[in-house]
Amino acid sequence: MEIPAIVGAGLVVIGAGIGIGRIGGSAMEAIARQPEATGKIQTAMLIAAALIEGIGFAALFAVN
Amino acid sequence: MRRKISLKPITLLLFLLTFVSFGQDDAEHVGYEDTDRASEVKEYIQHHLKDSYDFNLFSYTTDSGEEKHFGFPLPVILWDNGLKVFSSSKFHHGEEVAEVDGGFYKVHHSKIYKVEGTNGEIIEDEHHHAINEKPLDFSITKNVFLIFLVFGIMFFMFSRMAKAYKNNNGMPKGTGRFLEPIVLYVRDEIAIPNIGEKHYKRYMSYLLTVFFFVWIVNLFGLTPIGMNLTNNIAVTLCLALITYLITTFSGNKNYWKHIFWMPGVPVPMKIILAPIELLGTIIKPFALMIRLYANITAGHVVLMSIIGMIFLFQNWIGSSLSLLLAFVLAILELLVAALQAYIFTVLSALYFGMAVEEHHDEAH
Repeated sequence: MEIPAIVGAGLVVIGAGIGIGRIGGSAMEAIARQPEATGKIQTAMLIAAALIEGIGFAALFAVN
Repeated sequence: MRRKISLKPITLLLFLLTFVSFGQDDAEHVGYEDTDRASEVKEYIQHHLKDSYDFNLFSYTTDSGEEKHFGFPLPVILWDNGLKVFSSSKFHHGEEVAEVDGGFYKVHHSKIYKVEGTNGEIIEDEHHHAINEKPLDFSITKNVFLIFLVFGIMFFMFSRMAKAYKNNNGMPKGTGRFLEPIVLYVRDEIAIPNIGEKHYKRYMSYLLTVFFFVWIVNLFGLTPIGMNLTNNIAVTLCLALITYLITTFSGNKNYWKHIFWMPGVPVPMKIILAPIELLGTIIKPFALMIRLYANITAGHVVLMSIIGMIFLFQNWIGSSLSLLLAFVLAILELLVAALQAYIFTVLSALYFGMAVEEHHDEAH
C-alpha cells in the first residue's frame, strides 16, 4: 500500500520536473530569439510552470 | 534620508533574529543521541506548521529543568451548551486541563477536546485519533490573529495611501511611492490582459486585495515571529473559494455554453465533454488552493530542516554550511512569497477572464 504510492508520487514528480525543465528551456530559446519579448515570455512561462507544479504537489499530497 | 539610514540595521537585525529564534529551543540540550535530536527537530518543525491557541514567541528550558515561555495568550471561544469565552493561559501551554463553567477541556495536537474532570485523559483509538467529544471552536487562534493583523495593516496602509493621493493632487507620497508601481502592475499586466479592457474594473478590488493579502501574509511567515497563514489549508481554501464563487457568479451565457454544450464539436463529444468541463470548474480553484498551501509549506519545511541540521552536525563546517544554505534559501523564499501571490492573482484573473469572455463566432 505504502511503497507503490510513494513510487507513483516519485514518478509524477519526475514528470513534473521534466515538464518544468522543458518550459524553462523553451523560454530560454524564445528569449534568445526575441529578447524584446522577454517580459511576456517570462509571464507565460511562470503560469505554465505553476500549473505543472500544482500537479506535482497534488501527487505529494496523495501520498501524505 | 535620516529614516532610510536608521532602517537598515533594524532590517538586518530582524533577519538575523530568524535564526536566533530557531536556535533558542535546542541550544540548551547537550549530550543527546543523534536520533533524539533528529526527532526533536522534526517535532519542532511539525509544531511550527501548526496553529496554536496561544501566541508563543519562543520558549526554552532553564538549567533546573523549568520551561519558560515568552508570548501572550489569546482568547478561546467555544460553543458547548452555551458560549464559553476564556483565556488560553488556562491551558498552561497545552499541559493542563482548563475548567470553565463546569466543562473540562484539554488541548491535544492543537485541537480542543472535552475531558472528564481535572485529571481527564484524552482517549485514543488504534489509529491514534482522539475519540473525545469536540466542542464547536470559534477561538481567536494564532492564525485568526494574523488575519486580523494583516487586515489592520492593509486597511491602515491603503486608507492612508488613498488620503495622501487626495491631499497631494494625485501624486504618490510615502508608501504610495513604493506601492503604486505594484498596483499599476496588477492592473496593466495582470487584470487588463487576462480579463479585458471592458470588464476588468469590476475585479480590480478583489485582485489587489488577494495579491497584497497573500504577499504580506507570506512575508509574515518569514519573520522570526513564526506566524504563517498560507500553510494552513483552511485559509487557502477560503481564498480559492472566493475566486470560485466570483467566477461562477460572473459567468455569462458564453461561459456556461462552453461548459455544458461546447460549440464546434460533434454531439457525442459534447455529451462527454460536459461532465469533464463541469469538473474542471472545481479542479481549477482546487489547484489554486493546493498550490499556494503546498509551496509555502514545502518552503518552510525545507528551510527549517536545513536550520535544524546545525544541531545534527554539531561541528563548525556543517553548521556554517547550513547557515549559508539557510540564508540563500531564505532569500529564495522571499522571491517565492511574491511569486505565489502573483501566480494566485494571475490565475484568478485568468478564470474571471474566461467567465466574462464575449462570444466570438469565428474563433471555434
